[in-house]
Amino acid sequence: MSEHESVPIVTLTDAAKHFGPVRALDGVSLSVRPGDCLGLVGHNGAGKSTLVYLVNGGFAPSAGEISFSGADDAAGAGVRSVFQELSLCPNLTVAENLRISNRALTGAGWRRNARAIITESLDEIFPGHGIDPDTEVDMLPIAERQMVEIAIGFAPRGTEARLVILDEPTSSLDAGIAEQLLTHIKSYCAAGGAVIFISHMLGEVFQVASRIIVLKDGRIVAERATEDFTRQGLVEAMGHVAAEGSAGTDLAERQTGEIVIRTEQGLTARKGEIVGLSGLAGHGQAEALAKLYLSQSSNWRAGHEPKSVFVAGDRPRDGILPLWSILNNMSISFLRQIESWGFVDRAAERAKAEEWKKRIGIRTEDITNPVLSLSGGNQQKVLFARALASTAPVVIMDDPMRGVDVGTKQDVYAMIRDEAAHGRTFMWYSTETEEVCQCDRVFVFRNGEISAELVPPNITEERILEASFHMQEAS
Amino acid sequence: MSFFSRYRILLPVISLAVLLAATFYMQPRAMSYFGLNLLFNLAVPIALATIAQMMILMVNDIDLSIGAFVSLVACVTATFLNDAPLLGLLILAALILAYAAMGAVIDALELPAIVVTLGMSFVWGGLALFILPSPGGAAPGWLRTLMTVKPPLMPMAVVASILIAFVTHMLIIRSGFGTVLRGVGGNARAISRAGLSVTRLKAWAYGLAGFFGVLAGMALVGLTTAADANIALRYTLLSIAGVILGGGEFTGGKVSPTGAVIGALTLTLAASFLSFLRLSPDWQIGSQGAILILVLTARLIFSRKGDAA
Repeated sequence: MSEHESVPIVTLTDAAKHFGPVRALDGVSLSVRPGDCLGLVGHNGAGKSTLVYLVNGGFAPSAGEISFSGADDAAGAGVRSVFQELSLCPNLTVAENLRISNRALTGAGWRRNARAIITESLDEIFPGHGIDPDTEVDMLPIAERQMVEIAIGFAPRGTEARLVILDEPTSSLDAGIAEQLLTHIKSYCAAGGAVIFISHMLGEVFQVASRIIVLKDGRIVAERATEDFTRQGLVEAMGHVAAEGSAGTDLAERQTGEIVIRTEQGLTARKGEIVGLSGLAGHGQAEALAKLYLSQSSNWRAGHEPKSVFVAGDRPRDGILPLWSILNNMSISFLRQIESWGFVDRAAERAKAEEWKKRIGIRTEDITNPVLSLSGGNQQKVLFARALASTAPVVIMDDPMRGVDVGTKQDVYAMIRDEAAHGRTFMWYSTETEEVCQCDRVFVFRNGEISAELVPPNITEERILEASFHMQEAS
Repeated sequence: MSFFSRYRILLPVISLAVLLAATFYMQPRAMSYFGLNLLFNLAVPIALATIAQMMILMVNDIDLSIGAFVSLVACVTATFLNDAPLLGLLILAALILAYAAMGAVIDALELPAIVVTLGMSFVWGGLALFILPSPGGAAPGWLRTLMTVKPPLMPMAVVASILIAFVTHMLIIRSGFGTVLRGVGGNARAISRAGLSVTRLKAWAYGLAGFFGVLAGMALVGLTTAADANIALRYTLLSIAGVILGGGEFTGGKVSPTGAVIGALTLTLAASFLSFLRLSPDWQIGSQGAILILVLTARLIFSRKGDAA
């Protein structure tokens, strides 16, 4: 760390941010120097997003101080952020999206310049990406959108990028692309750039970060060089004890019932089974689930009892009702159960929602708050509560753990196992192999087709990877 | 991805071509300089109003006041602009500013545009009645000359449409500023995160809508030579239909200026076509609606196929 003598790009001194009575960030001191790669971890609601907004100039601190070297504001100092929720304009082309954040692109030839800059940036970070800069963003699959967003983050935009904040950058990327990104981050930091890397995939944090900061309840509870942390130690510092190795063994012996789902494509599921869908991201898993769900739900003559429910991973698009309260977001799935003469029984609705809030641990004081007041992970919990509170025997989950912290994940795993033991069937697509390994049966997708069906004891990371990659090597 | 969903402009072009061919078949004499001018004359103000509506739809809002606004402009043009040009121009400039302010207020106070513009339509309508209680007024001479000019090769209506489409295409699709404006419709949060003021951009979009609304009113008076407080009320729905017919979407900032102009031409032509069919005027509005539904259905089918592919 020879660069430690250099001037910090950004320095926070006792910075705090309060939203009314809520202390989102409670006195944080931090400095980021050129060459730093800072891993930022903490569970949902720990204050990571708030910290990011302070550093990138989105919020002014309620107390304390933030200073940037060589400039008055974050933009001038070359601070960029790449967010967890995609923040591209879907109706514009890839090159046009660069124009949004790069006001230096002016004059008659701006389009040509934008195309050249974004292509260069993409080529550098994701060699062999195959993204055409003239494609409209909504024509791209989600992984490619994220790649574009990252490329825009690193691209020169009038000023050079000096500090890039990456918030869950790999959540929609498959392993190979994520590896390209991590390699780029390392070389970028080696060349004197700085990165704040936020991820729930601790393996990645260990791989790239030079220093790790653990946030908990708005404070920094640990800040050490990466070598001084162990994975177990890091999880403990975040305040959750990881239940390692407990999964799988007990699941394998569970009795499961008759087949309840059978699709043309070859997906099958038994009553009480947790079925995983795996493979590289964007190889048809989400489409298969959507098709299955729509075939079960889109019927005018369907009865009052739903056959299946859907837990969305793309929350803003498929999940939450953004103008509604937490309560209404949850209760929409069980209104039928509590109606009397076509009217909603408000007391029963509230009681049931309060019960689920407690069971699933949604962090809010009042469930009548708007759903957008929750952090991403807690919004996801609301979607889980919505699905599990219904009477549907089949729960379809489309990568529901995207951007959810370790602690919440453990809670949800336990709940899923419990519900499965009571006879519910789960169809679970996940981009994280670790999650898929907890399932009773796994279908691996490749190019929109099922390439392998695995059952214990064959559900291992190696077998899944083998099934995901095999054909690509052959061709 | 299907051919049609990639090239959204194709469907409006084909709709116009089919309708034009049918019109020529019904009435071969329309296939002339004079005939085309008659067919498309009234399309010029509609095309301008459609462009104005497109500016609003582009930022995810909808304007229910454009018809009343164009009527008001027509009344101002036929009175003040004719009698006291300087005062008239000042009033028109103030109207554009009022439109921009409306956009800023809608964004800053997070009001629904549909309600604000509906309310404003009564304000515009009231002002128009105040200025011109009974039909009358006169078009300024230069405006009359401009709208009846006979350029070589192509009639004025066609030249004007091409010019409107070209200018707005450069402004909205090609320029960096237009790209940012479309970005507001696509993802307003991304725009504000990039450090741009969405309120200011919306004010610009509404201001541009006001500007094109003023042009529409002036063009209309140039053609009709007189004004009336209710002269352009049907423009509200025509302009929305024109944008959608031209491949635009209600939300998401997906608009096409060229398509919008073509949509306006198609709607105007549909009315003439139905007259050529000797359809009773009672049935014309309904038939126009049927043509609209037909085209939109075709578009939906193509885009569905595009998604499935």
